[in-house]
Amino acid sequence: MMATFLALLTQILHAALILAAAPLVVGGVRWVKARLLGRRGPHPLQPLRDLLKLLRKRPVLADGSSVVTRATPYVALAATLLAALLVPGFAQGMALAPVADLILIAGLLALARMALALAGHDAGTAFGGLGAAREMTFAAFAEPALLASVLVLAVLAGSSNLDAIAALFREGSLGIRVSLLFVLLALMAVALAENARVPVDNPATHLELTMVHEAMLLDASGRHLALWEAQAALKLTVWLALLAAIFLPFGAAPVGAGPIAWVVGAVLWAAKMALLAVALAVFETSIAKMRVFRVPEFLGAALLLALLAAALVFITTGLA
Amino acid sequence: MLTLLGLGLLALAVLAGLGAAGLGRRLVPLGAAAVAAVLGAVAMATLALGPVEEAALALGPPWGPALVALDALSAWFLLVLAVVALPAALFAAATGPSSRAEAAAFPLFLAAMVLVLLAADAFTLLLGFEAMSLASWALVAARHPSGRGRRAARLYFGFAAFSGLCLIAGFALLSAPGMGFSEMRAAPPEGWRGTLALVLILLGAGSKAGLLPFHLWLPLAHPAAATPVSALMSGAMVKIALYVLVRALFDLAGAAQPGWWGAPLVVLGAATALWGAIRANVETDIKAILACSTLENVGLITLALGLALVFRGADLAPLAALALSAALLHALVHAGFKGLLFLVAGAVAEQAGSRDPDRLGGLIHRMPWVAGLAMLGAASAAALPPFSGFASEWLVLQALIQSWRVAELPVQLLSAAALVTAGMALALAAAAMLRFVGLVFLGRPRTPRAAGALDVTGLMRAALVVAGAVCAALALLAAPALGLAGGIVTGLLGEGAAPPIAGLDLMLGEAGARYAPWAVTALLAGLALALWYGLHRKGAPEPRRSPAWDCGFLPPPPDLPFGDPLTQPSAAGAAQPIRRALGGLALAQREAHHPAAPGSATPARLRVEARDHGFVALLWPLGRLRRLAGHQAERLRGLPLSAYLALALGTLVLLLALLAWGAVA
Repeated sequence: MMATFLALLTQILHAALILAAAPLVVGGVRWVKARLLGRRGPHPLQPLRDLLKLLRKRPVLADGSSVVTRATPYVALAATLLAALLVPGFAQGMALAPVADLILIAGLLALARMALALAGHDAGTAFGGLGAAREMTFAAFAEPALLASVLVLAVLAGSSNLDAIAALFREGSLGIRVSLLFVLLALMAVALAENARVPVDNPATHLELTMVHEAMLLDASGRHLALWEAQAALKLTVWLALLAAIFLPFGAAPVGAGPIAWVVGAVLWAAKMALLAVALAVFETSIAKMRVFRVPEFLGAALLLALLAAALVFITTGLA
Repeated sequence: MLTLLGLGLLALAVLAGLGAAGLGRRLVPLGAAAVAAVLGAVAMATLALGPVEEAALALGPPWGPALVALDALSAWFLLVLAVVALPAALFAAATGPSSRAEAAAFPLFLAAMVLVLLAADAFTLLLGFEAMSLASWALVAARHPSGRGRRAARLYFGFAAFSGLCLIAGFALLSAPGMGFSEMRAAPPEGWRGTLALVLILLGAGSKAGLLPFHLWLPLAHPAAATPVSALMSGAMVKIALYVLVRALFDLAGAAQPGWWGAPLVVLGAATALWGAIRANVETDIKAILACSTLENVGLITLALGLALVFRGADLAPLAALALSAALLHALVHAGFKGLLFLVAGAVAEQAGSRDPDRLGGLIHRMPWVAGLAMLGAASAAALPPFSGFASEWLVLQALIQSWRVAELPVQLLSAAALVTAGMALALAAAAMLRFVGLVFLGRPRTPRAAGALDVTGLMRAALVVAGAVCAALALLAAPALGLAGGIVTGLLGEGAAPPIAGLDLMLGEAGARYAPWAVTALLAGLALALWYGLHRKGAPEPRRSPAWDCGFLPPPPDLPFGDPLTQPSAAGAAQPIRRALGGLALAQREAHHPAAPGSATPARLRVEARDHGFVALLWPLGRLRRLAGHQAERLRGLPLSAYLALALGTLVLLLALLAWGAVA
């Protein structure tokens, strides 16, 4: 009974934390990028202010659009929210931990992506369809790279359950492995592509020839645009939390720990997320955006790295 | 049970007679629907209550009676058949057959598939299989007296004949101890006989199921048939071929076969899955898109079957149960959503007058029922949680991930490669489904016909709703449905094996990974509703309508409702990124770019020719060979009389020698 209550409580606290982190992550990355470029940059809370402003505005629907435009933002944000609930944060053993399967998380993010691509097609304009087709092409390379990474993690941890993987890595009995480094690189490349960051896409531009993510949102406005922006912010946060849970697992409160461990875990989690956000900003400012048709090569390299990691793991576990 | 099934077969034969006589245009398909419902009920009852014992019929070939039985494996595939046949027959009743040949062949096609499943000896099975091939060929050919459809039918006939020949040879090897399944089980083939049987069965059943490299006919023949027949061919007939594969390799060949038997299935399955998924993204006929997606799904099922063989050979019964359950569940789930999607495509072709996405568009406004059900089917086909395709494909992926437990490096590397290939196929399948739904149902209509399409009503709507209900039920009830397959898993893999389920969840026993469809559905629905309620609580402003921002193009004037120029993505345009990135894997393509001269107002043109590598590498050489053989045979006509006499005499001597050799041996 007590255990169930604790699991539920950590789940609720985790939801609150990750929801609070989402606008801060996006705002923080923008702020750091501006600073690195020598600008003052908007306040880190600006995404939250934008969101509240958009929520008050009257949405404008394109003439040819259908119920799809009005329903998909809710579906996409709900799927991303569920994925956010499944990724462990400051504590282990949350209420949803038994179903926190990595393939399910990938599926939920794919559901959100499909909703976005459908919304892109709905207005019947040139850009929406173009963005949707490009997004799905990138996914065709990102998804197998993600699955190969899941394979490596599952071989090391014995299961594709993210909570089990995080718990095992937190114990630190595995040590540092070359294969994990490869998986980290592959997952980071996938995260960049999934979140439409430089070098795959540029979140700050509406330049017609290069954009992918924004192309599908051109006709969204008002609360629908607010939902899409919230979804994008939450997705970035989920990916950073995922990387933190796997590769920076130390400090998370173990199952059944008390409030003190939670506070320590939460502070450390915030520090990890801040570290990853700053790393993302530094990476983005130091690299140029690549041509759309170069992206499959970039993601293909990630796929090969993940496969190489799998081969390494097979050989080393076979020898051990 | 068997009596009931026998009556069903008899009813189908009577219906075929009625159809051939041109009577009961609606009665024949409605009767077939009733029989399909009975088949489904019998299958469920058999799965729940236990198998029906073997029975000998009073008729059969000269050497003995025909044997029939209904065990768990047959019953499962009977359920798969019923899941497609019921809505397909209802749809057929709504549209009516186009000719008497079609009306007669439809019930015969159903009856032949049932016969394959019921057969308990090699002869009856092959008889049913050939009847199924012939009936489906007749259904394709009856619709196309000439032209491309006829050529597709001819190609299909060639591949079906090849498949039949391979199967006859394969079963001849297996049935050395006797024709009955129980005799074949008692003395499984060993050594080279076993290997040869594997190759022949794989060639025979594989070319019928559309496995590489014998997949060429499938994307041509399936769309060429009438819609309900397409649904049956894609949803059920390929499963019958896979049933033969399972029956022969898992059951009749015995449990002691080596694990490497699975390797060719894994390789062919993964390759077919990727191939089909790529082609599904570039086709420009909505039924061909769905047929190529069938290739992808057949590949995934075969992949899982191969894994099950590998695991069985390595004595990993729980993992073999996982892989076999994945294959069985995916066969059922695919029948559900592919039947639905084909009927959707048929409804679109019927109501909006075209199967070309470039002549459709915006149908969600005119056909909300069809559009909604299309999205349900597409979400299942795209393996999105919580829809039905995700449950089975989750199992397939888990089986692939768990295969590192086979402690052999080649197996591990093979399954890692297969995992990556399957993952890419899944993502591409999602892209194909997006292209299908996005081009056909969303956006603006591209022709007046599409703008004036009417939604389906009456029987046609009922057929679609039945198929959609099955699809939705399978999404939530994946685990209980798989529970029904428990008898198959223990029967084929031994007492210790059981499907990976726990209550309403799918769960891997030792690994602990878990997928709970109910929880995911409830949480997703709850979150979406909470968001909606939260944003609409305090007088949220009602949306306003205005023209879309279309790269600077003005909104179309009233006299040009489709826009001028048509700035929506075309079928080729939506396919372009994937074709450029991955198309070369499956297609031999040629691009010719004709830019407009600077300053001229003529449009630039991009001409793309894409053809399956199989045509270039397999069919064209075969065609050349046939022409060459024809020329050689033609030379026989100019021989002198003495040469003819010598030929006849030589043949006679050869036959006598053969006879003498047979008598000695």
